[in-house]
Amino acid sequence: MTDAVAQTQRDRQLRLRVLITALGMLPVLVLLVLGFELLSGRFLTFNNLSIVMQQAAINIVLAAGMTFVILTGGIDLSVGSILAASAMIAVIVSLIPDWGMLGILAALAMGLACGFANGALIAYLKLPPFIVTLGSLTAVRGLARLLGDDTTVFNPSLPFAFIGNGTLFGVPWLAIISISVVLVSWFILRRTVLGTWIYAVGGNMEAARLTGIKVPLVLLFVYSMSGLLSGLGGAMSAARLFAANGLQLGQAYELDAIAAVILGGTSFVGGVGSIWGTLIGALIIAVLSNGLILVGVSDIWQYIIKGLVIIAAVALDRYRLQGVSRT
Amino acid sequence: MTPVDAPASTAAPVLEMRNISKTFGAINALRNVSFTVYPGELHALMGENGAGKSTLMKVLSGAYTADPGGEIIVGGEPMPTGNPKLARAKGIAVIYQELSLSPNLTVAQNIFLGNEPSRYGLVDRRAMVKAAAPILERLGVHFSPTTQVGMLSLGERQLVEIARALGADARIIVMDEPTTSLTTRETEKLFEVIYNLKKEGIAIIYISHRMEEIYRLADRCSVLRDGAYVGTLERKELSAARLVSMMVGRDLSSFYRKEHYTPKQGGEVILSVRNLGDGKRVHDCSFDVYRGEVLGIAGLVGSGRTELARLIYGADRRTSGTITLNGRELSINSPREALDQGVAYLTEDRKVLGLFLDMSIAENVNISVLEKDARTGGLIDFKAVARRAAKAIETLSIRAQSASMTAGALSGGNQQKVLLARLLETKPKVIILDEPTRGVDVGAKSEIYRLIDELARSGIAIIIISSELPEIVGVADRTLVMREGRIAGEVTASAKEPIDQEAVMALSTGATTVQQHMPAA
Repeated sequence: MTDAVAQTQRDRQLRLRVLITALGMLPVLVLLVLGFELLSGRFLTFNNLSIVMQQAAINIVLAAGMTFVILTGGIDLSVGSILAASAMIAVIVSLIPDWGMLGILAALAMGLACGFANGALIAYLKLPPFIVTLGSLTAVRGLARLLGDDTTVFNPSLPFAFIGNGTLFGVPWLAIISISVVLVSWFILRRTVLGTWIYAVGGNMEAARLTGIKVPLVLLFVYSMSGLLSGLGGAMSAARLFAANGLQLGQAYELDAIAAVILGGTSFVGGVGSIWGTLIGALIIAVLSNGLILVGVSDIWQYIIKGLVIIAAVALDRYRLQGVSRT
Repeated sequence: MTPVDAPASTAAPVLEMRNISKTFGAINALRNVSFTVYPGELHALMGENGAGKSTLMKVLSGAYTADPGGEIIVGGEPMPTGNPKLARAKGIAVIYQELSLSPNLTVAQNIFLGNEPSRYGLVDRRAMVKAAAPILERLGVHFSPTTQVGMLSLGERQLVEIARALGADARIIVMDEPTTSLTTRETEKLFEVIYNLKKEGIAIIYISHRMEEIYRLADRCSVLRDGAYVGTLERKELSAARLVSMMVGRDLSSFYRKEHYTPKQGGEVILSVRNLGDGKRVHDCSFDVYRGEVLGIAGLVGSGRTELARLIYGADRRTSGTITLNGRELSINSPREALDQGVAYLTEDRKVLGLFLDMSIAENVNISVLEKDARTGGLIDFKAVARRAAKAIETLSIRAQSASMTAGALSGGNQQKVLLARLLETKPKVIILDEPTRGVDVGAKSEIYRLIDELARSGIAIIIISSELPEIVGVADRTLVMREGRIAGEVTASAKEPIDQEAVMALSTGATTVQQHMPAA
């Protein structure tokens, strides 16, 4: 093969890759929506879309935090546990007379503290993210149970219940919050120095260190951010349920969050990806869940189909990375 | 210990390599190399970095397929190339610098790895240990076959590698810089083993840069240069001067040469390094760099050049020494602190340690100064980013469609310019360039040389590390030569003459010191 032919072929591959990256999984989402509409005839209603959005909201928030982490080449397995602990503290604090709204702040603080602990261990003790967050997955779960003496805590007159169930101009608050989180994440990733550093650390950690980037600070930030957003997810969850249970709440949420990020085209090795992709990924998962129910697919098959979709997406991720020489 | 008598030339050669060529794309790594080895002989192979020694050995071991036209004859029979399994079966064993043992397995398991004695399809551990014992005895080692390799020292592991070769009935053993990480005692032990192997009639191909070892061990020594065979010296003909001139004797006319070599010593000292060391690979290095000077750091691969540069830049932790810039002692404990204080470093491995391949040219150029340019709240100043990127593309003539192209899509030369641009944006006072033209095409090379010249004239002190001697000769006013982690000496250009290549090569191989100790042969 001559060099010229190889060059054009490389060019073509590169263009194809750029196209796939730009469009991401949007076509998949659109096809799913159209398919479910055709099959059920009641998917594309304002009411149903509102439900989809509400179902997707918490996962979008967790997945946004996860996007920061995965962009640096890390992973946060503890988000479900942090969400449970934060929801517990949110409900417990909400029971304080007159100061019930502080429950939201308490949840955020709890999430931030857990994320900060993860980040400090990873950034300064240089422990592997998988191990650290696997540990906190278990430890924080225990903490969540401890907080309510292993019982379910209720607050039937939760002062911030409107977050979970109310609407603003007809749009659910949950949806507004999750979209706001996506916008803020986009702003941090694309408009601040820190955002560029996050991509740089994920793209090439050693090169980042050699160019003078404060790598530990970046790592501390992303895990803190993931923790904070898990705390927000906890508050949202508590608001929706008027209750929290340290054992059951948020189980396996980390898997949906990771799946959303990967579906959204963020590379598992870090450095490549976008928050918009994550939003689409989370919506795909929510649309699949909702649509499969509408169409009448059994619970068991829902699992199988969702799992296969995630694997197919990772296969696509591999294909995309082939085009460019990566080290 | 004296070397075994040179083998009788009447004996049939155990190995003949005839007209071996190997091209990678447009690069001729080997050109018509012929090479003969007799049983019981230690045949040394010398040459500069990149002369083709390792490529030749990879052809021999089957890792590479030779270009058509060449042939390898082992024990009188032709052997097709490109088949590692066949090469092993023919009795060829290579002991690489990076040892290839599994530390979690025992000595016996390692010796028979991939070749385990089996009974009923199961590995017969007892037979393995039994078979390993006499091999270890032949080598005169004192550890048992059931020792875990992870418990052994580097020198002992090397002996296990040799035992593995013997376990596979090797007749030709290739040793690539075997003493690099050995202590003096381990080296002595290795030499003893080599002596015994030779007595058994095993041929050894010995790659080394160390002149002392060549003198001590070699029956014959062949030299490669730029992928071509230069010649072979018999033991009695060996002399440092001849070997050095065979290794470097190159026509310099095709290489870049700057117009004026002006020694800068006595001028204003910009950077001053004293007693720098890391306790491992760099020891007690002291030198000064003067205003406007281009200082080379020559030396063989593994002599500690990059490690020294990384210590100055704060990329690795130093255990001793001071760094003074313009008379002020610097506290450098991280690359960030180095950059803040005006010391910049261009890595030798731009893809692994330098570029963000998925990020744009603009981001790659700006990454070190983003924070400084940022508006309040850490917001990126996109105007500044665009301005700096446009300036870089213009002044360094980076060939790219736009500044938003990803760095991974650029050619090697343009990638290197992006990194140079990044480094220049930090306004450094000292620039350390580590192999700045590696993997860069000829056009970009000369642009980089021109840039180095301009930067030096503007008063920036420049340190350039290069494995290509002509490059050092072409751009540097003076060069340090490193050897085994220390500065072995320096060679200065004069107003008329550039740096003397042979003097540099003699310092880097230790030929100069050895000559003094050599008894008249």
